[in-house]
Amino acid sequence: MYACTVARGISQLRVLVIVLLLQALLARQAFSEEQLVEVVVAAPYLEMHTGPGRGYPVFHVVDRGETISVLKRRTNWFRVRTAKGKEGWVKRAEMEQTLTPAGDQTRFAEANIGDFSKRRWEAGVLAGDFEGADMITAYAGYAMTANFSAELSVSQVFGNYSDSVVGRVSLLAQPFPEWRLSPFFSLGTGIIYTDPNVTLVDESDRTEQIGSVGVGIRCYLTRRFLLRAEYRNSVIFQDKDDNQEINEWKAGFAFFF
Amino acid sequence: MESRFRIFLLRSMLALAFMSLLSGCSWVRVDDAPQDDTAPVISPDLERRTVSEADIDSEDFEVGAFVGVMSIEDFGTNVVYGARGAYHITEDFFAEAAIGRTKAGDTSYETLSGGARVLTDSQRKLTYYNLSLGYNILPGEAFIGKGHAFNSALYLIAGVGNTEFADDSHFTVNVGAGYRFLVNDWVALHLDFRDHIFKSDLLGKDKTTHNLEGTAGISFFF
Repeated sequence: MYACTVARGISQLRVLVIVLLLQALLARQAFSEEQLVEVVVAAPYLEMHTGPGRGYPVFHVVDRGETISVLKRRTNWFRVRTAKGKEGWVKRAEMEQTLTPAGDQTRFAEANIGDFSKRRWEAGVLAGDFEGADMITAYAGYAMTANFSAELSVSQVFGNYSDSVVGRVSLLAQPFPEWRLSPFFSLGTGIIYTDPNVTLVDESDRTEQIGSVGVGIRCYLTRRFLLRAEYRNSVIFQDKDDNQEINEWKAGFAFFF
Repeated sequence: MESRFRIFLLRSMLALAFMSLLSGCSWVRVDDAPQDDTAPVISPDLERRTVSEADIDSEDFEVGAFVGVMSIEDFGTNVVYGARGAYHITEDFFAEAAIGRTKAGDTSYETLSGGARVLTDSQRKLTYYNLSLGYNILPGEAFIGKGHAFNSALYLIAGVGNTEFADDSHFTVNVGAGYRFLVNDWVALHLDFRDHIFKSDLLGKDKTTHNLEGTAGISFFF
């Protein structure tokens, strides 16, 4: 039974890898047929590194006036090809010292704090404490305006006596979107599914409603990244006895686009 | 004869002068013409080419699969397989999400006692997922023979996640290191060693278990 599942899993994996490989190959082929972006070196020289990182050695220098084709980008590095067919990696700062065929300076936009204030989508991972139990949360949010955003989050709670999954929808208000350290308030509701540990007897799975209010802070880091920390006070509306109050602390990192 | 030639020369010079004057006038006229929406006199057959960032293929994502061995504390070592995806944030940092699957073997107690079973077959399945942050600590080049150099990196990685084992979820911290060997610009081979740390009360009392994993994998940048 298990061997069968493994075999099926592995064969599925194999198919996935083959499909991915094919897709990558096809994409490559399609890409190579496209017109490449070309720029002209305007600085006295342009250094080509063997790899996309500051430590990789410079193995070739392109002179002023030469035209280079830009093949691809990885983080802040560009793979370029000279007219003579030499290929190497050039960092962004040097790429900005080139001219477009029209004679303008080449510019490559990099996300900054301005984009942070005007972000639309945000997604991240948080870890923390859920009334004494460990918890991890993944979330995604969409900003309707600079001040308000809606968020969908899924948390997993690892308790001593039970494990839970919490799904929540929240509305976040951010009074100072342009600040690097920007506080926010949240209001959320959702459901919590609790699965008692097998070592305990006579406890069945249950699904209850949860509501929460919270406060937190986002801190813009660099490029498209931010740190986030928050506190939530939640109430689980239980069927059997009094409502349960939960204090929830968590922190993590997120990116926006 | 000579005078006729001179006249011809004069005439042609005059004609040239007149033409240049006319064209000059026309240039001046064009330049001085008010900016109205009349059709341009000359429509240059020249495409203005600009550099658009969107035209440059950005390859910051990596997806791949791995297979290896994982030791589950007290439950022996078995084959583990899974998939992982990464996003390269900068040349130094990357975020990774991974999912893996293995199966627990028998504990020493089960082996020695003969028939006793601590867990059922379905409880022996272990599935984990995690989200981690990696740092390329030693980027470099690897040389094969005289004429081949390949980019590589040794990275440190740590993260949090969940391990489903014995019908229970365990909050899991993972730490480890790996080696990435780039066959070309977009295919990488990995060797990865990870310790998955979680608390378990499976054998009666609460204890922190270390579950070591060693895998080899392949990944593709896109």
